[in-house]
Amino acid sequence: MKKLLVLLAILSPIPAFSMHIMEGFLPAFWSMFWSVVYLPIFILGFRKIKQLLVEKPELKLLLALATAFAFVLSALKLPSVSGSCSHPTGVGLGALLFGPWVMSVIGVLVLLFQVLLLAHGGITTLGANAFSMAFIGPVFTWLIFSLANKLGMNKKVAVFLAVFVGNMATYICTSAQLAFAHPDVINGVTTAFYKFVSIFGLTQIPIAIIEGLLTVLVLNLLSDHVPMRFDFLSQYKKRS
Amino acid sequence: MTNKTSNLLLIGAIILIVVLTLYFFPNAEFMGADGLAEDYITESQPDYKPWFSNIWEPPSGEIESLLFSLQAAIGTGIVAYVIGYYKGKKKAV
Repeated sequence: MKKLLVLLAILSPIPAFSMHIMEGFLPAFWSMFWSVVYLPIFILGFRKIKQLLVEKPELKLLLALATAFAFVLSALKLPSVSGSCSHPTGVGLGALLFGPWVMSVIGVLVLLFQVLLLAHGGITTLGANAFSMAFIGPVFTWLIFSLANKLGMNKKVAVFLAVFVGNMATYICTSAQLAFAHPDVINGVTTAFYKFVSIFGLTQIPIAIIEGLLTVLVLNLLSDHVPMRFDFLSQYKKRS
Repeated sequence: MTNKTSNLLLIGAIILIVVLTLYFFPNAEFMGADGLAEDYITESQPDYKPWFSNIWEPPSGEIESLLFSLQAAIGTGIVAYVIGYYKGKKKAV
């Protein structure tokens, strides 16, 4: 019976959650665990932002833009091929402009807004959600871009890939967090992980694509007008 | 390819993805709810009960739409402002 349910779950177009674990759906232990794990990341991010604003105060506007971009994208419910909707994260842009550590703070801001005003995600799941969305996602985005860059890939393609992978990495991380917290009763964590990934995976793909395209779009607009001295952007323009 | 062409293509691609999705799946519910992820967990672990509930929930779908729209609008406003600022600054130089 269980197998049938799982099969039905995988095959039917189940509405996807938008990569955030809902309030109360991480048992207390895991809630604490991820919060504790995330705290040092947040503190580090906070310090980095402070340092950044002291050294280069002209970056304030771009920081605001990266935050605003994350806000916009998190608010977009996009229809997907699985027959449901999901949200992109929008943290890719900031991760590329400023590096992943800065996003650890910005991501939390977006998450808090959504928790408090939209009942989206949760306070008990804030640490876990932040870990996936504000840390893992940006880190992968940053890594993939650096790699693609080293390989001499066209900058715009590199950005697209980096953001796409970052988005998928976020949701895979969330699936893992859910699998640890809700292992399959018979077969344990791995089975649960595959179930979560397969159920929600298809939904995320077009969303991640759209996020990649939007990020390239905004970077194009920025690189046209923002002065060259902003490291990432000047690099971006040089070999697009 | 200039940035302008590239941008138009990007916008076109995004619209295309969304439109095609809606076109090929006219009967899908497109529920965004986190609700069915909850259902999935409760199916596989019927004893699990969420131990904390949201501090506040929007009283209706309409209010929720309002808040999402506000979030997107304010964010877009800031993005547009910053881009415009730099564009203007460049022109002034």
